[in-house]
Amino acid sequence: MNLLKGRLFSILIPVISVVLALIIGGIVMLASGYQPILAYTSLFEGIFGNSYNIGETVRQMTPLILAGLAVAFAFRAGLFNIGVEGQVLVGWLASVYVGVSFDLPKIIHLPFAIVTAAVAGALWGVIPGFLKARFKVHEVITTIMMNYIALYMTNAIIRAYMLAPGERTKDVKPTASLASDFLQTITDGSRLHYGIIVALICSVIMWFILWKTTMGYELRAVGFNQHASRYAGMNVSKNIILSMAISGAFAGIAGAMEGLGTYGYMMINAAFTGVGFDGIAVSLIGANNAIGIIIGAALFGGLKIGASNMSSVAFVPIELVDIIIALIIFFIASSYIIHWLSNRVNKGGKL
Amino acid sequence: MSFLDILAIVIPAAIVSAAPLIFTALGGVICERSGVVNIGLEGMMLFGAFVGAVCMHFFEKMHLGAASPWLSFLIAIVAGALFSLLHAMASISFKADQVISGVALNFLASGLALFLTKKIFDAGETPMIHERISKQDVPVLSHIPIIGDWFFSNAYATSYVAIFLSVVVWYVLYKTPFGLRLRSVGEHPMAADTMGINVVRMRYVAVLISGGFAGLGGAVYVASISGNFTHATISGQGFMALAAMIFGKWHPLGALGAALFFGLAQSISVTGESLPFFKDIPSVWLLIAPYVLTILALAGFVGRADAPKASGQPYEKGKR
Repeated sequence: MNLLKGRLFSILIPVISVVLALIIGGIVMLASGYQPILAYTSLFEGIFGNSYNIGETVRQMTPLILAGLAVAFAFRAGLFNIGVEGQVLVGWLASVYVGVSFDLPKIIHLPFAIVTAAVAGALWGVIPGFLKARFKVHEVITTIMMNYIALYMTNAIIRAYMLAPGERTKDVKPTASLASDFLQTITDGSRLHYGIIVALICSVIMWFILWKTTMGYELRAVGFNQHASRYAGMNVSKNIILSMAISGAFAGIAGAMEGLGTYGYMMINAAFTGVGFDGIAVSLIGANNAIGIIIGAALFGGLKIGASNMSSVAFVPIELVDIIIALIIFFIASSYIIHWLSNRVNKGGKL
Repeated sequence: MSFLDILAIVIPAAIVSAAPLIFTALGGVICERSGVVNIGLEGMMLFGAFVGAVCMHFFEKMHLGAASPWLSFLIAIVAGALFSLLHAMASISFKADQVISGVALNFLASGLALFLTKKIFDAGETPMIHERISKQDVPVLSHIPIIGDWFFSNAYATSYVAIFLSVVVWYVLYKTPFGLRLRSVGEHPMAADTMGINVVRMRYVAVLISGGFAGLGGAVYVASISGNFTHATISGQGFMALAAMIFGKWHPLGALGAALFFGLAQSISVTGESLPFFKDIPSVWLLIAPYVLTILALAGFVGRADAPKASGQPYEKGKR
């Protein structure tokens, strides 16, 4: 009975976790006097009910895919990048800066803005990477600290240099915008933009780098076992810094999706956007794999968009979705217990 | 306005804003000393703030008067400890990645607290609390020239409790058998196990204590600073406490000092614009100072900060 091993297992764990989390979410609703069936059907309708909702779900997915890629790429190299949130903010600001201040033809302006965002995110990711490689500083702590530094610095920069009425920057020029009349028309006026194509391209890039290049092989090797990689002649420090740079670049592009697509500007953020933290959930549920991440982003994007319909139809507070997402993370992280149970089943035939 | 006058404004404000950080950072010290990484401090603090705000509101309605915040603190401690049980179960028993478990705890805390707030009050925030703890001058000591104005005037009792507790935690961790066991479990769990210490139980106790401390920190924040609970009440204080714990080199008194220092930076960033000398410093530098300093400390530029050896590793009996 090796049914619960290997590839199937890596699909089964997220599925079981999602189902368990939805069940517990239902129990929470029952206990607080809501109707779970009505809530879940309205949630589902809120995702797929009409073309507007579908458009919004796909728009919500876009930065989540990229944030998920960012977290997963670092994970593959054995690093936990909680700093995606900060790298998103830095990339967002960089893309808006380029979008506002340059006059270029679209074919140059738009890629330039996205690449600048990627570079900005990469630089923000390299700092913790360097500290990890050079001083053995744990990246979890530094990336958390870098998040706050990014939040306060981007706000201060907007306030000092780029302020427009309404606590935000000016709109980016049309030549740097990802907005699409076509996509908006077919989705009944949602904010869907061309960013989803960028996100899908980046998913392919991530898969290609990790599985089809020597660099990706080395990154994964370092993730599995640093000592063995060093013994095999790989430069572990270089790989750590590189993986944080690429991870940060994905995160920066996620920021550009917000800056050039959804909003077309950057506002002064009182708190984090949450994109980076959701990226952790997305990469976990996607098992750090590009296709899994797209599915995970669709799930979480859908949950977030469907939540508003759920609260207007079944009167359930939208925070129920956050509870469900948290439970999913808990269950996936605790999959040791599922492994343990399946081992017991396999060994003894009974519990 | 002389420099001494400025200090007389800034220092009491710093002590006020440091108190919740001190409580939470102490919780972090205890937890991480036992070898369990606690990114979930933010969530535990948030949950304590929510429970504290709700209790204070209802106790106030029950006319408990000045006792209401203090009773609420006790309940917030229990609630924080119970909430942290999730982190303990996931990261100790189920051997989940402790960082991921902490991240999930943060998600869960904000989701659950806001969900319940909307359920109970049908609004996005709890009602404002009127029966808060009040600022007092410490008798006798506040009459000491200069120092009395700085440290013993216009202060909340909770700040002194926080400072006192830091000393207690230091004593327990470094001067009692319990503390030695707790630290040994965080440094070398296998050796500790060989000596007959129950690693799992020790770690459970440490996580629960940290949940209690963080819950208290959140409730004290509500009682002394915010006055109610909203989605923005706890936004990063838990992570700042985590930073204080690291900057304090995982030592209770170090964490106390770091929390006081971060509280100073916070209070200057809020009140600085009205003060000469400080108004020339852009507030962003003060806002990011705690985080930059923590990174520098970790990198060894401000004295080396080393985590407990076994932190982050689930303990499996018999594993080499």
